[in-house]
Amino acid sequence: MDLQERVACEDVVMFVNAAVTSTGQREFHTGAAEQRLSLAFLHEYVLVNYRELYAATLALDVNDFNAGLVVLNLLRTAPAVPLPRRKLEGALIAAKLRDLPPQRVYRILRTLRAEGINNRRTRAIVRDWVAGRPDIAFDAVKYRRHLAGAARHAHVRLPDEVGTMLFDWRRPKRYTTPILETWRRAHYDQRAVFDLPYTVAEGFAAKHRINRARLLNQNGGPRLTALERLRLEGDPHRIPLTRLAVYALSLPRPERARRRDELTGALRAAARRAAGRRAGTWGTVVGVLDDSYSASGSGVKRRRPLAVALAMHYLLEALATRHHTVWLTHTGDPLLVHPIGATPLGQRLLDGLRLRPDRLVVVSDGWDNAPPGQAAEVLRVWREKLDPTGRTSIVHLNPVYDSDAFDVRRLAPSVATVGVRDAEDATTLVELARFSTGTATFAQLRAHLDDLVEGFLR
Amino acid sequence: MITGLRAGPAQTWGAVRLVPLLRDEPIADLRLHARLHDEDELSIVELSAKESYIAYVPHAFVATWTPDGSPAAAYGTQLIDPREPGLPRAIGLRFRRRLARREDRHRLRFLPLHLALEGFLDLQFGGPPIAWQEWTHRAVTQGLSPRVEEAYAGASITGLDDALRVFEIHPTQCGVVLHLADALAAVFVVPHPADYRALHPTLLRDFYGELLYQYASLFPEVPDFHQPIDAAAVSTVDDLQAELDRVAAQWSAFHDDTMFTVVAGTSRPVHRMGRFTLSRFLPPFDPALDNHIGEVITDERGTVAYLKTFRLSAAQVRRGHLLSRLAATGWDLDATAAALGTDRPGLVLRLDRAGFGHLLRPDILDACRAAARRRD
Repeated sequence: MDLQERVACEDVVMFVNAAVTSTGQREFHTGAAEQRLSLAFLHEYVLVNYRELYAATLALDVNDFNAGLVVLNLLRTAPAVPLPRRKLEGALIAAKLRDLPPQRVYRILRTLRAEGINNRRTRAIVRDWVAGRPDIAFDAVKYRRHLAGAARHAHVRLPDEVGTMLFDWRRPKRYTTPILETWRRAHYDQRAVFDLPYTVAEGFAAKHRINRARLLNQNGGPRLTALERLRLEGDPHRIPLTRLAVYALSLPRPERARRRDELTGALRAAARRAAGRRAGTWGTVVGVLDDSYSASGSGVKRRRPLAVALAMHYLLEALATRHHTVWLTHTGDPLLVHPIGATPLGQRLLDGLRLRPDRLVVVSDGWDNAPPGQAAEVLRVWREKLDPTGRTSIVHLNPVYDSDAFDVRRLAPSVATVGVRDAEDATTLVELARFSTGTATFAQLRAHLDDLVEGFLR
Repeated sequence: MITGLRAGPAQTWGAVRLVPLLRDEPIADLRLHARLHDEDELSIVELSAKESYIAYVPHAFVATWTPDGSPAAAYGTQLIDPREPGLPRAIGLRFRRRLARREDRHRLRFLPLHLALEGFLDLQFGGPPIAWQEWTHRAVTQGLSPRVEEAYAGASITGLDDALRVFEIHPTQCGVVLHLADALAAVFVVPHPADYRALHPTLLRDFYGELLYQYASLFPEVPDFHQPIDAAAVSTVDDLQAELDRVAAQWSAFHDDTMFTVVAGTSRPVHRMGRFTLSRFLPPFDPALDNHIGEVITDERGTVAYLKTFRLSAAQVRRGHLLSRLAATGWDLDATAAALGTDRPGLVLRLDRAGFGHLLRPDILDACRAAARRRD
């Protein structure tokens, strides 16, 4: 493989790692401004040099924040692209917007409006997205200002009542759409408040001086989303694995111990859902999971790296036939794990490799400090002397973006490092890992991404 | 090296290198005074009532010792029997501008810097013991006070705040050696890991010498120590484990032999309580070496339970050198001059340049200055 191809491969993998992990928020080691600056550069660099691949990353599990940035960057620079590729880009953007949570999309639309991006393609994309919403009247109630802004900016034709509700809601005596009618009555009638979505109901509750306890309990409570139900009522059902791990770690340890059976059961069920058909196919697996102090994340991403590690513990349990977890300092019930202590990764890797598993999965932010750089040495000697045939496949999942290096921190050159945001995506991300160690060609990477794009658009 | 402690792997951030000091067996019968602990996480309470312990208060620690609840600072590190109601020797503090700070009563902190350092030095040098006629009345009766030494707050040292924030405390850690741009800045040791966790952030409120302030600003980054493993020596998993142990021992030895430069020239026991001895030590005052002053608590076997040092700047070392010579000869000018290989005017001028002119009678100082001018 020539140098140019290799650089391209590394660039793209680097960008994907960044786009999966970084949310532009403060991390344990770096601040939000550094994260954003570094990320903005990376986006521009990949957009200019590898535009096709940049668009193709929308088909990957990049996080919502970065997906938003990619969509905005593509629309900003739309005229620079020849027509057939424009079509593909448009299809990718439309597919991604359908995937994103609505509040994210409305934020993108708001930015489009603020920046005055209003080409024909943008208008078509907004129109199609709005037309594709399952219940536009519900959106009109829950995201009223956003939908009004988007409709005004992109000249979107809305169903009659919705348009009236957005721009001249006082005029009709009553609406025929039930949710619009409930919303209209909620202005005057306390009883109607309880039938509205929770965030909207909260606004009206303040207006009618209904306190929160009454809002939550009367008439079976307001209409909550699954996440709101978790946050307000502690109901851990139907929640994705990593979100659930974040929730479990947010509880004080005595409470975790008290609700052990319930939480463990929910985490195991979520892990089984995430593993899907791959459950039990990974052979013997050892997870080396980082619970050092730096896994506590930052004030805005509280215990996120630790939550990814905890989720990974349950996911590996579901994927493996035999499974063992090595924490850096913690012992005993994984649910009670707490981010404390240094990062003796070298020693713990050896403890894990000693068991001679089929796969070894490391989840760590890569700040190996006790002693620094020992993990790399252990992995190097292991490959050279103790496992030259590569019987044990080793992969490093890193939940933290290092803004100085424009990538996630690596452990060793010979070991693939992949950025990870949600543990449940790990199985697909591991596939991409081989492109970063120089063992696969650029053509293969392109083919891999094309496959992904095709599957995504179908 | 420090008896009873082992150097762990260093962590670096910018120009700051922090070497954790690990203790295999924590000392349970000497603990930070309960008043300094946050009431919510009193690990001391875990001790049963029958077990007795001795409390210590680090020098310059501010707490509400006084009956009326106003803040006061401990004067010198002290050993206290916690069952006795008596208060430690403390300097009352009055804050005029910073009254708001007092609201946060659970936060541990140190005295304002100049006061802390001055107190520190004042504890070492009392002034002339004999009323030689050359010294002013004030010097004889009041010693060197008021004496001002300058130091920098940890908070003003570039990068130290981040380094302390991202530092990962080891579970058995009882101390730290702080290097700034690979110059040893301070050593801090406590008896118990819980005490260390409570006191770790106070390193930022501690005081450091001027030299270190400059080093930290001028040197952007220190490298990590890279310790390669010899692949040729490994043929089994146990060999690799042995290599890891060898590397750890090698680092520990390197740190103790090469990086740890604190030398106690003279050490003076100040106070004994139970099996613990509190002493203060002075460096050899050799301008060619690092010079650290400090306080140490040791037990009967010489294990260091508590240690705190301050690195003197070059000017401070010169002053300390002069003062220690004066003290050795009982503050007799002629004898000191002979010991330093100079004559009386030479010594007087050196004292003047070092900032001790106000201790000498003005007529003597003027005569020596005039003599020096005539000689030129």
